[in-house]
Amino acid sequence: MHYAGVTTYYRFLRRSLHVATDGGWLFYAWMLVLTAVALVGANAWAVQVRDGMVRTNMTDHVSWGLYIANFTFCVGLAAGGVMMVIPAYLYHDHDMHEVVIVGEVLAIAAIVMSTLSVVVDLGRPDRFWHLIPVIGKFNWPVSMLTWDIIVLNGYLFINLHVVGYLLYTRFRGRTPDPRWYVPFVLLSIVWAISIHTVTAFLYCGLGGRPFWNTALLAPRFLASAFVSGPAFILLVLRVVRVGTDLPVNPGPSRLLVQIIRVAAVVNLLMLASELFTLFYAGGSHLASARYLFFGDHGKHGLVPWIWSAIALNLIGTGLFFTPAALERGWVRPVACACVIVGIWIEKGMGLIIPGFIPSTLHEVVEYAPSLTEWKVTAGIWAFGLLLLTAMLKVTVAVFTNQMAEPVEAAGPGPTTGS
Amino acid sequence: MSESKKVSLPVLGEVDRRTAVKAGAATLGLAAWAAAIKPWFEWTAELNTDEFLQKHYRELSPEQLQAILNRLTDDARKETGKAVTVKDHKPLPGVSFAYALNLSICIGCRKCAEACHVENNHDRPSHQSYIRVFEMQKGGIDFEKGDATYSHPVPAKDKYYMPVQCQQCENPPCVTACPIEATWQESDGIVVVDYYWCIGCRYCEAACPYHARRFNWEKPQVPAAEVNPNQSYLSNRVRPQGVMEKCTFCLHRTREGRLPACLEACPTGARVFGNVLDPDSEIRWVLENKRVFVLKEELGTKPRFYYFFDK
Ligand code: SF4
Ligand code: SF4
Repeated sequence: MHYAGVTTYYRFLRRSLHVATDGGWLFYAWMLVLTAVALVGANAWAVQVRDGMVRTNMTDHVSWGLYIANFTFCVGLAAGGVMMVIPAYLYHDHDMHEVVIVGEVLAIAAIVMSTLSVVVDLGRPDRFWHLIPVIGKFNWPVSMLTWDIIVLNGYLFINLHVVGYLLYTRFRGRTPDPRWYVPFVLLSIVWAISIHTVTAFLYCGLGGRPFWNTALLAPRFLASAFVSGPAFILLVLRVVRVGTDLPVNPGPSRLLVQIIRVAAVVNLLMLASELFTLFYAGGSHLASARYLFFGDHGKHGLVPWIWSAIALNLIGTGLFFTPAALERGWVRPVACACVIVGIWIEKGMGLIIPGFIPSTLHEVVEYAPSLTEWKVTAGIWAFGLLLLTAMLKVTVAVFTNQMAEPVEAAGPGPTTGS
Repeated sequence: MSESKKVSLPVLGEVDRRTAVKAGAATLGLAAWAAAIKPWFEWTAELNTDEFLQKHYRELSPEQLQAILNRLTDDARKETGKAVTVKDHKPLPGVSFAYALNLSICIGCRKCAEACHVENNHDRPSHQSYIRVFEMQKGGIDFEKGDATYSHPVPAKDKYYMPVQCQQCENPPCVTACPIEATWQESDGIVVVDYYWCIGCRYCEAACPYHARRFNWEKPQVPAAEVNPNQSYLSNRVRPQGVMEKCTFCLHRTREGRLPACLEACPTGARVFGNVLDPDSEIRWVLENKRVFVLKEELGTKPRFYYFFDK
């Protein structure tokens, strides 16, 4: 009996591996490109470890850069998946329930990307074990960073459990037992809020950095996450619908568009009120904001970034409000792309970097990512997308009952893929 | 496993050829991966296993610590050909250090910054130092009008000079930030870093309100002839790559009863250093008789570094 369980699980893993690596030429091309980019990133990182962080453009003045910027965005992406979970489980939206696993899969990939973004930012990755509680010296509960490590890992495990459990029971042709996953799903809702809140606390808890030291930071993080997360899911759903046999009803996507409409407006409102307070009242916040939006002391490095972000966010939000965004067409993916890029910039180059410019002693030292940093970041994204693609392939195969071994004779065999 | 049975015979059906191709691709992928991260292994080959497994400074037994000090001393002697000693200076009981700086007589010559550079075995090419001297506009204490990169004869008209280094906060945000207790405050008030424990996340650097921390973006380069041989584990020994460092009030000197290098180098006598618990000390006199102030008092960091003007 026990032995049979192990064999079934082994068969599940083996079939998953098979399904995840099988597809049409478009699929292979996609995976090949991603692998190549991931390898370029891995190489750039290894060189950076060997030669030191001089390979980046970070300095003692701007001591966090693209990596931490990307980290912040990916945490938001992971948290955004919860916007499928809430309608599906709290409001019992049937259609959403059918595809909610896509959000959970995305959360896994996004957490992996955020973790990698932190690892590549370490000067001494060889000492990573110092962070492991008990063996290392985990400065909990004092350091905000330890909280972040806990909530991120917790969120990863919750989602791995839910996704793994659902896929495996489906694979065995059984009905998932709600007792085994619904409590975890509900926990994941609270947890999703916590990962992004704690990540915001990382920054706003630093009294010496007035630009971050605002109570509005955590709510802003959440609002923008509830735009970027659902927008990314919309793109994934589009690919799944066009490229696979999984039936995707129009309902969930429409609901996501509605959610984005609200969250995007809230996000823009909070940004506007922040800007008003900054520029009308002035104070110590102002120096960074002035540099960010208009430049300071003849230095303008971040000005093009932030205005592109604002333009993209406005265009994307505008497009989401057109009736066409509710239909299947080109408007929706364009709108998604706009807000994803817009928020990536807003939270990264527009929020992390200006926290350091001017420095705590008001020196204006500029920063732009080095080639190494771009390569490593691209590598992390490529790896995350590889993971996402593989997990989605398995998910689709399980949900469309294509996990069975191909029939010996002239059976049609698995036909997933593009 | 029907595919693997036939994999050695690629003439067979479509499914099997695919599996064979996949296996080939996986092998290629692994080889490419190994090639990509080769620099990592070039780097780890130079690392020391003892150092990798070493425990946190405060958890080392006296014997373990001694063995490490011996190893560091030997290595440094071999590398420099000089009689280097790496000691471990413990905080003295009944001592609480403080520093004060008289802004009325500081002339901005940067002799203190230079002395720090030499004393603490700083990276030569970047001309690193724990001290930055700001040229400030008279009539206020506004860093926005300050400039730390001035290069003209000093003192300039209508300017005064403000050296800034680690304030050895009594309530240090950098220590709170560190996720692994690689930086902490000792009983005499000095905030130190264990260079063998720090993972280089730079959260402390983001947390410090005084721009006091320095990161080793690459391996510090100090020509053998210029190495200061009197070294201490927690202060001026040559730092490894990828870790944080900061001013330690020259603990390898001050815990032996000597004065910090920056104070000795100051030609105007603007700097006053000592034990505040000693009622007869000069620092105590300054704190009691001058109207001293600290930087960014509103942050509640409680610096042990005071500034004052004569009149
Ligand atoms: S000045 Fe900065 S580095 Fe020094 S103790 Fe205070 S916070 Fe820490
Ligand atoms: S850089 Fe080192 S000392 Fe600073 S917070 Fe990170 S681990 Fe701690």
